[in-house]
Amino acid sequence: MNRLLIKHARVVDPSQRLDDGLDVLVVDGKVERIAERIQDKGAEVLDAAGLIAAPGFIDVHVHLREPGYEYKETVASGTAAALAGGFTALCCMANTNPVNDNAAVTEFVRARAEEAGNARVYPIGAVSKGLAGEELAELGEMVRAGAVGFSDDGRPVHNAHLMRKALEYARMFDVPIVEHAEDLDLVSKGVMHEGAVSTRLGLKGITAAAEDVVVARDLILADSFSARLHVAHVSTRGSIHRIRVAKGRGVPVTCEVTPHHLALTDEAVAATEYDTNTKMNPPLRSADHVEALIEAVLDGTVDCLASDHAPHHADEKALEFDLAPFGIVGLETAIPVTWDVLVRKHKMPVSRFVQLWTTNPARVYRLPGGTLKPGSPADITLLDPEARATVSPERFRSASRNTPFGGMRLRGWPAATIVGGEVRYRRERR
Amino acid sequence: MSIKPAERLRLKDLVGIEPLTPEEIQLILDTADRMREVAERPIKKVPALRGKTVVNLFMEASTRTRFSFEVAEKRLSADSLNFSASASSVEKGETLLDTALNLEAMQPDFLVIRHKHAGAPHRLARVLRASVINAGDGAHEHPTQALLDALTIRLRRGTLEGQVVVIVGDIEHSRVARSDILLLSRMGARVRVAGPPSLIPCGIEALGCEVHHRMEEAVAGADVVMMLRIQLERQGRMNFPTVREYFDFFALTPERLKLARKDCLVMHPGPINRGVEIDSRVADGPQSVILEQVTNGVAVRMAVLYLLAGGHGEPIAD
Repeated sequence: MNRLLIKHARVVDPSQRLDDGLDVLVVDGKVERIAERIQDKGAEVLDAAGLIAAPGFIDVHVHLREPGYEYKETVASGTAAALAGGFTALCCMANTNPVNDNAAVTEFVRARAEEAGNARVYPIGAVSKGLAGEELAELGEMVRAGAVGFSDDGRPVHNAHLMRKALEYARMFDVPIVEHAEDLDLVSKGVMHEGAVSTRLGLKGITAAAEDVVVARDLILADSFSARLHVAHVSTRGSIHRIRVAKGRGVPVTCEVTPHHLALTDEAVAATEYDTNTKMNPPLRSADHVEALIEAVLDGTVDCLASDHAPHHADEKALEFDLAPFGIVGLETAIPVTWDVLVRKHKMPVSRFVQLWTTNPARVYRLPGGTLKPGSPADITLLDPEARATVSPERFRSASRNTPFGGMRLRGWPAATIVGGEVRYRRERR
Repeated sequence: MSIKPAERLRLKDLVGIEPLTPEEIQLILDTADRMREVAERPIKKVPALRGKTVVNLFMEASTRTRFSFEVAEKRLSADSLNFSASASSVEKGETLLDTALNLEAMQPDFLVIRHKHAGAPHRLARVLRASVINAGDGAHEHPTQALLDALTIRLRRGTLEGQVVVIVGDIEHSRVARSDILLLSRMGARVRVAGPPSLIPCGIEALGCEVHHRMEEAVAGADVVMMLRIQLERQGRMNFPTVREYFDFFALTPERLKLARKDCLVMHPGPINRGVEIDSRVADGPQSVILEQVTNGVAVRMAVLYLLAGGHGEPIAD
């Protein structure tokens, strides 16, 4: 029998209302027992003094790029990046080539993840065939193959009737439809947030209203048809306000916010003189929107944090700002960036932080993790709240380096990542 | 407020008006003023940039700006190379960065770039040893145009300070408007922009201007009215309805010009659309300085090249 004993940790598990100095005993990949001063002769001991032990963090919004774009990322490199970032599991989006709009691709991605043996992978299937926004994909077959939700992420579900049918149909499987909320007509050819900064830089803007109108529409649909809606990467004051009101009225909606939308504003585009690593979709917003998002994370309107890890090759990002693709990598910076903004700057309780990164993600997608209750899989993230380090993209496990956080000094890094009782990542002390 | 000119330019490049101090702007305008004299000579040439190589990299259509730079380069005795998008490897799929690095390998001293994407000159300025001069990047900046506009106003008025300058038209898509607003407001002029709200970008006030949507209000009491070209291809694309309606509400007609000061200057960065944004009677009238702008453009570009090459003081002792 395989036994691992984590000693002297501050165990934070909101699912059991735990936040105490405790030991965790893992036997055969499952949590056996959490108690004070556990003695166990046969167990390998991991001294976690000064560290936080939490249910394994789950990143519900990742682009693994495989199949089709292996030059940007593979399932193996993406899940290795997840481990190094402190994540034991992730959900991956369907905009691969071929698109994950059928059970064969869903199975392929899961098999690749199995082979890699890094973090767990839960695929999110496409809502529409080929992401074309016309016909429903075979959602049921994909659920059987392991899909945990559906999204045309990268694009919105433009047709309201299709969105309605997707929401209704998905009710059968109790999975959420995940919206990338963006009205493409309003976005037009925008490349950054529309505001004083885009005007100054002469770049075409993306109005916040482009997100707001789709969120408003989807909230009406979720309400009218009592179906589960999850809004991906919320970035505007208007949409988070509407989600808060809808939640108050009992609409079955959940949402996520990314680290970069909490930590950066559109001024970053100007400050870096058009660095394409500040180009992503939704775009970095102005300070007023960022303030509203932080408020919503603090007051519980936001359910999950999620990186929207979107790897792109350096050659693609070396183009002019207008031409470079949208997206940045996030798996390996998500935890320190959010720890810095939320826990250090805004004094968020650690248990709330843990909730946003694991308890709630597991609840939204009905995943097996998110808890350290005895008998559950021993997926554990160890966090060192005092560890300080500079973000060094050249050391990323991800196959891509497109981050705006390079060179930033941050505190609060993952110390180890344990999946199924196995220590799969341990941070070297530098 | 009288602004003392700087002794020299601190910067390697001229990517926009934004990074310039009022003192540096003053230096460029003073130097340009002296450069004008070269054109009056029987032999319109000085040796100031002899042995220097200038690459004119025009990746978007341009006639007057490209010619203006070429004339400026020739009058300073520089060697010019012209590179236009249609004749280049760009059509073969080479990236801007690779194109620029290949040009750099030929060791030019200057790269003058016109590009349809905002920020392209900034990107090149960071990686190239050559001085990069922005000849217009997307809807961002067109610094030499703003400098020649300022020189034209200064020559006619003696100063920029306190001048009420109205810029009318498609502000959203105009790099000229952005550079003009930045420069003129920095030098103490009062800038108004006017156009339909659908062509005024949000937050433009932050660059240093007032916004008007009624032409008559905007022009009232103005010292300078600068009309921007309405790009006919934008008609019917939801930005504004028709040229006919645009003319009705925003064209500069003799009647509207009467609302400005009596000696109000009429300017236009060209090319003009007669009967679209400007009535021919105004474009060709006594208050128009549109062709003076073109003449001054050469002097301004000579000054910029000369100063970026490290020149200062009396430029044209030969």
